[in-house]
Amino acid sequence: MPHEGRPEELEITKDLTLPKLFLRKCQQYGEAKVAMREKEFGIWRPFTWKDYLENVKTICLGLVSLGLEKGDKVALIGDNRPEGLWAEMAAMCAGAVGVWLFQDSLLDEVQYIVDHSDAKFLIGEGQEEVDKGLAIREKCPKLRKIIWDDPKGMRHYDDPMLISIKELQKLGRELDRKEPGLFYELVEQGHGDDICLLFYTSGTTALPKGALLTHYNMLKMGQNLMRVDPCYPEDDFVSYLPFAWIGEQMMSISCGLQVGFTINFPEEPETAQENIREIGPQTMFAPPRVYEQMVRTVQVKYLDASWLKRKIYEWSMKVGYQWSDCLFEKRPVSLWLRFKRYLAHLLLFKKLKDHLGLSRIRHTYTGGAAMGPDHFRFFHAIGVNLKQIYGQTEIAGISVLHRDGDVKFDTVGMPIPETEIKITEDDEIISKSPSVFQGYYKNPEATEKTLREGWLYSGDTGFIDEDGHLVVFDRTKDIMILSDGRKFSPQFLEARLKFSPYVRDAWVIGHEKPYVTAVICIDYATVGKWAESKGIPYTSYPELSQKPEVYELIKAPIMEVNRTLRPSARIRKFINLYKEFDADDEELTRTRKLRRAFVEERYKDIVHALYTDAAMVHMDTTITYEDGRVVEIKTDMRIESVPEQGGG
Amino acid sequence: MEPKSVPNSSSAPILEVEDLSISFGGVQAIFGVSFQVKPREIFSIIGPNGAGKTVTLNCINGLYKPERGRVLLEGKDITRWKPYRRAEAGLARTFQKIELFSGMTVLDNIRLGRHVHLRSGILSSAFYLGKTAREEIESRKFIEEEIIDLLEIEHIRHKIVGMLPYGLQKRVELARALALNPKVLLLDEPMAGLNLEEVEDMARFILDINEEERWQVTCILVEHDMGVVMDISDRVAVLNFGQKIAEGTPQEIQENPEVIRAYLGDVEDLYATRR
Repeated sequence: MPHEGRPEELEITKDLTLPKLFLRKCQQYGEAKVAMREKEFGIWRPFTWKDYLENVKTICLGLVSLGLEKGDKVALIGDNRPEGLWAEMAAMCAGAVGVWLFQDSLLDEVQYIVDHSDAKFLIGEGQEEVDKGLAIREKCPKLRKIIWDDPKGMRHYDDPMLISIKELQKLGRELDRKEPGLFYELVEQGHGDDICLLFYTSGTTALPKGALLTHYNMLKMGQNLMRVDPCYPEDDFVSYLPFAWIGEQMMSISCGLQVGFTINFPEEPETAQENIREIGPQTMFAPPRVYEQMVRTVQVKYLDASWLKRKIYEWSMKVGYQWSDCLFEKRPVSLWLRFKRYLAHLLLFKKLKDHLGLSRIRHTYTGGAAMGPDHFRFFHAIGVNLKQIYGQTEIAGISVLHRDGDVKFDTVGMPIPETEIKITEDDEIISKSPSVFQGYYKNPEATEKTLREGWLYSGDTGFIDEDGHLVVFDRTKDIMILSDGRKFSPQFLEARLKFSPYVRDAWVIGHEKPYVTAVICIDYATVGKWAESKGIPYTSYPELSQKPEVYELIKAPIMEVNRTLRPSARIRKFINLYKEFDADDEELTRTRKLRRAFVEERYKDIVHALYTDAAMVHMDTTITYEDGRVVEIKTDMRIESVPEQGGG
Repeated sequence: MEPKSVPNSSSAPILEVEDLSISFGGVQAIFGVSFQVKPREIFSIIGPNGAGKTVTLNCINGLYKPERGRVLLEGKDITRWKPYRRAEAGLARTFQKIELFSGMTVLDNIRLGRHVHLRSGILSSAFYLGKTAREEIESRKFIEEEIIDLLEIEHIRHKIVGMLPYGLQKRVELARALALNPKVLLLDEPMAGLNLEEVEDMARFILDINEEERWQVTCILVEHDMGVVMDISDRVAVLNFGQKIAEGTPQEIQENPEVIRAYLGDVEDLYATRR
């Protein structure tokens, strides 16, 4: 669906705020356009801009009548749902600051963020979030009320600190009757330089830090992104990634409000993939794990398919790769290849894209972590315009992006408008743009370190290549120095290993070590299925992971990756971990980035064993379940060597 | 578990079993069993293997014909009623071993449970007249808003039942029983074969359908998981060799020496439950 020209650009003055823009859109569209949809009880339920306004207004005034003042913080937690976005917008309308928490945050994290941010209100979804709120309130004395919107399981709760969103809106309506026009006055008082969001970064090393973002930051973010890749009012966007992730805010708030596209909320997190397919969005932004999961799904289905289907898949993918390689290398595509590619499209890609919900995708982005080139090529081969982006919370989203037709899978592209990128003498990436944040909340030392003379110091290492593309090497502290003194990025290796459907997570070790090793977390579902088809019995993840056959299975992709590496970077030994990495065990951040320093400490026995002659390693560990239960696990793991191979 | 309001003990029983007896060949399966279940109660029947728990349930819902005794639902004698009539009167059940149509989708299985309440005739259905459409819309609304949402099975709506893990199949079976919109729900070992998390979920669901204003279903539970029985039941009856040996609150049952001797073994074993 090619669009003629670009939608008219918004003029962003320092006086403009997100709520002011929100009111403008509500006036413009009113009942004539659907602002959001939520799938509920099996049906997509629309909310027009008028409904959106009504809800935001009543929630906002409800909060005001409970004592919300300009500059106050409102903590928000829960799955993606209209109420979540309404509450966030309502807080902003009153001049307050939204603080999003990850839905699956454990008590300690919730307590830390609610307390540190000085939140006055906690707006949760249902019983689970209310329980978290009630459990931490003793330690968060500034918290006044806990608000909930899903009545399920709430019938026995009558704590005076609790109030339902319906009640809150009733209070709001009363206040509106008493002081009509108050809501609009509140919105009018806002200024572009006011703080609108306090965003806690996941922090791979230390406690989360709260980044302060202004309306101007957010508005400029959306504008500059869409100067590269415009969105249109008729577009559909599916909001299913955590609101506590800046990428989701960038799309739903920064872009959504400027363009007025429709935001769709899935029925349940479990149904997201299905719901995306029903909607068929034009644009998507997701971390690599989402795309990795899609590839894994396809690969597993391929393994399960009949002979004929497998052959069609193999042929089509070969054609797809030839075609996409031509594009990557900017070579002309022959007529014959075009024809074959069209056939492959009819036979496979069209269906595949439909099943993945990517049929109508104009551009889709990945960012937040490294993604392997194999995944990248896969999507381009089937005809999905996947682009890498680079950014961080501190710049309100992204700063660097691939341009259409100029995608290189080892780079993250070029800076978006109004954004400057420089590399310091220490190879650190620094950037400057109107979206650079205002500093960390109550943390001047960290602010000073990160924000110097208007430049944002990222802590990432990288360089600019001959085409002017930015190449992000890795987090500076994660760079490995190999035995031959060369620098190497473990993330790159890990991303490549994850192209195997059997590898869920990988952790590559080798910094100042004689050789490189890897700790692998197998994918339980795929490896389990494979084991069943081979008649290999197992009862649990730990048992399956230690099967000799599974070691052989994992060895193959490692050797495949090794073949493309110089000898010093090749993986010599690996071990299958007895469990998957989990954010609840603090091995990953909530956005699923590996916390290297933590795992190195936690699994130091493994690391030690990988660099001795040991064939086995024994582990005693504890696992924390989501409800806080702790279980101790004792296990033995085998260490496997990867045979040397020539070439490379 | 949270505290639960005790149902009004003075109200008339919703289900009565009087002097129930049945034998198979020479084996006396149950003998003179009587109890009364009050509206909105969770009433559990426990006892060792072969005590006659499932047989009692089968007599209540009409799978077996008792040789002696009566079953009364809301004061009406239903002893001689066919099972489908009992279903129409508001009696639903789930089975110890799952009895679903494993080749059909979750939604189709649930719809089947709704079938007794559809009143459209063949002609009306064939031409899809207004009445049929209305009925279907109502039925859909009921299934989606009351059952699927309650039991959190949105993500498996269109999945084939046979492909689902056991714990989810159990949930689907409960969903189908609820589609009858029952007054009394007979649950035969709903926790059997479930892992700890699934047990907690299932207990939650039973409490929900028992307490939620919309449902307020009286539940009769046959269960071996003592932790769950003692936690969620209002009253418990104990069967041993086909006879009722005790009846009372969970507290009373736990302290009853005869029960401890007959069923729970030594006193220490009493606490050797899941939690």
